[in-house]
Amino acid sequence: MKRSLVVVRTILWKDLLLELKSKDVIISIVSFAMLALVIFNFAFGSSSQLASLIAPGAIWVSITFAGVIGLNRLFVIEHDQGSIIGLLLTPVSRDSIYFGKMLSMFVFLTISEIILLPIYAILFNTSIIHPLFLLIVALGTIGFASLGTLFSAMAVNTRSREIMLPVMFLPIVMPILIGSVVASANILDGGGWSDASRGIHIIIVFDVLSLIVSPLLFEQIIQE
Amino acid sequence: MISMRDKNLGTIRKLFLAIGGSAMVLNMYLIFMWVPTEKNLGIIQRIFYLHVPTAWVAFIAFFLVLIGSTGYLIKKSKLWDRLALASAEVGVLFTTVLIVTGVMWAKPVWGVWWNWDPRLTTSLILWLIYLAYLMLRSYAPSPEQGAKYAAILGIVGFLDVPIVYFSIKWWRTLHPQAVIGPGSTGELDSSMRLLLLISTAIFTILFVHLLTTRMSLRKMEERLEEANHIVS
Amino acid sequence: MSNTNNNVGFAIEAKRLRKSFGSNLVLNELDMSVDWGSFTVIFGSNGSGKSTLVNNLATISTPTSGEIYVAGFDIKKEKALIRKNIGVVTHELLLYSDLTAYENLFFYGKMFNLPDIEHKIELTAEITGAKDYLRKKIKHMSHGMQKRIAIGRAILHDPPILFLDEPESGLDQEALERLYEMIRSGQNGKRTILMTTHNIDRGLEMGDRVTVLSKGKISYDKKRVDINRDVFEGDYISLRQSQL
Repeated sequence: MKRSLVVVRTILWKDLLLELKSKDVIISIVSFAMLALVIFNFAFGSSSQLASLIAPGAIWVSITFAGVIGLNRLFVIEHDQGSIIGLLLTPVSRDSIYFGKMLSMFVFLTISEIILLPIYAILFNTSIIHPLFLLIVALGTIGFASLGTLFSAMAVNTRSREIMLPVMFLPIVMPILIGSVVASANILDGGGWSDASRGIHIIIVFDVLSLIVSPLLFEQIIQE
Repeated sequence: MISMRDKNLGTIRKLFLAIGGSAMVLNMYLIFMWVPTEKNLGIIQRIFYLHVPTAWVAFIAFFLVLIGSTGYLIKKSKLWDRLALASAEVGVLFTTVLIVTGVMWAKPVWGVWWNWDPRLTTSLILWLIYLAYLMLRSYAPSPEQGAKYAAILGIVGFLDVPIVYFSIKWWRTLHPQAVIGPGSTGELDSSMRLLLLISTAIFTILFVHLLTTRMSLRKMEERLEEANHIVS
Repeated sequence: MSNTNNNVGFAIEAKRLRKSFGSNLVLNELDMSVDWGSFTVIFGSNGSGKSTLVNNLATISTPTSGEIYVAGFDIKKEKALIRKNIGVVTHELLLYSDLTAYENLFFYGKMFNLPDIEHKIELTAEITGAKDYLRKKIKHMSHGMQKRIAIGRAILHDPPILFLDEPESGLDQEALERLYEMIRSGQNGKRTILMTTHNIDRGLEMGDRVTVLSKGKISYDKKRVDINRDVFEGDYISLRQSQL
């Protein structure tokens, strides 16, 4: 157990170090999400009343699409110079490789969200620094990263992976999107736990299921 | 080369097709001529006897994808993979019919083509998931990888369905509902209920026929690939 | 590394090994055994399955059927123990090109749970002659230096068995040969080396046992001292032609 934690931390350290040098993943997530947001505004108009109505949807849709772009990069860096083979040749459990990559994705997404959310708050004139809202963000990000890691490992080996990843991943991840959008809308409308709890429960069920199933299936993907 | 066993299987399948085909003709007669017209909804209600059996078959198909996928990941035998692939293809076909008949039903009854009803929406997402499943096979680096990846999607996809359904149901109840849901079509009289059972049984026969035909076709495709390898 | 079943049986043993990709049978009932401390060369043309064989022996691929024992461990049950006992060099670097050599080696050291990693990196860099380049990014190095780091990565955990899968790629041959002489000895004696190549001169010079892989089997197997170079070349060419 302790050994697995060291492995997970080592993979995270390596991915963060790579990210620090290339800034590939976070920059692509943030810039794409911003772009999507601006386009949303053109599509739905800019009156402040409307803004609070479309804010939850716009925030989550832009983060979801941007997140897929980040996911596409997650295993591409492992295929540079065949380093995935090097990783598989290490005497560590495949589960800990999965959790290491998943944690990297979670951290990349969280950093992107920390950058994006204040910008959203300004652009939409809504206060989103609400503890329940942040809980939804955290839980949604866990599910997104955990299932996304599984699908990213799969998509990286396919032809035209940039298409295959969203086509496979987005319909499956729909419950998180629905749960997050509706629960956030309730909270931004001034609702409390009782209004948002159902959505949060859906996200938690998704997270738990994904955290159980994904590591089991991950080994099947990476073993040739 | 065609073995004796395959020949016998072929004969059984032809017989099956003949019985199933005549039963389907009978089914159409029952649906469009025999069963009384529903009082409130009128003639359009007859599509119900196609729509519900299609949903049933689509569900069975995707359940078989789950079974085939799990079997393939454990046993790595082509038989399981054939079952999963054939079920997915037939399932996508029936889901397409399901959605089309649903839309045809919705317009005269609810006044709109599409109303984001939880069942319709779940079917649509299901359709998208299994379309991705079929795409994944052709985009995979090798047939083995394709079978393995598809198996993983087949498992995750099926487990996801209930969560999708409940999230959409919850999402719908929080939004203003423009029209009445499909659950309120009124009471079914006994001849209607009987026909629904008959039609479901006949559609299941059709499904079994399509499934086994597709599986044996797949087997031939595999042999052809093998033969091509030996030649080249 | 510790916990090898050293001197027990063979370093590498494969029995009735089969590997197929779809209907394409690449390894067909292959049997082979490699003695501890030996340097075995596997010749074979492109597509003869050399890399497939190494990938299967090195736990990267799973065989379709058959048995494999590496360092006395059963590949079906004890993959992690095998991975501790082998080092692999392929035509790809297996390194992160945006990281420095030191960071790459440190990462792998951590993954192998090595004690005193800094010291091990120093030691490895000394053996491979990469000491002055440790702080440089992989992508800013010459091909030769990249290869040295890749070899360093493979021997960092001092494995008793090394797999070299077509390690040459148009590099300075003499330097590489000297390098391979250096990595032959580990801390606990002579390493067992299995090398695939299609370069006849290189293979005959370095190996003490010479084999040829064709049609999914080991079709030629002799001690180096029993081989006349010219006769071998003729045999090898006819073997390759019979494969077509």
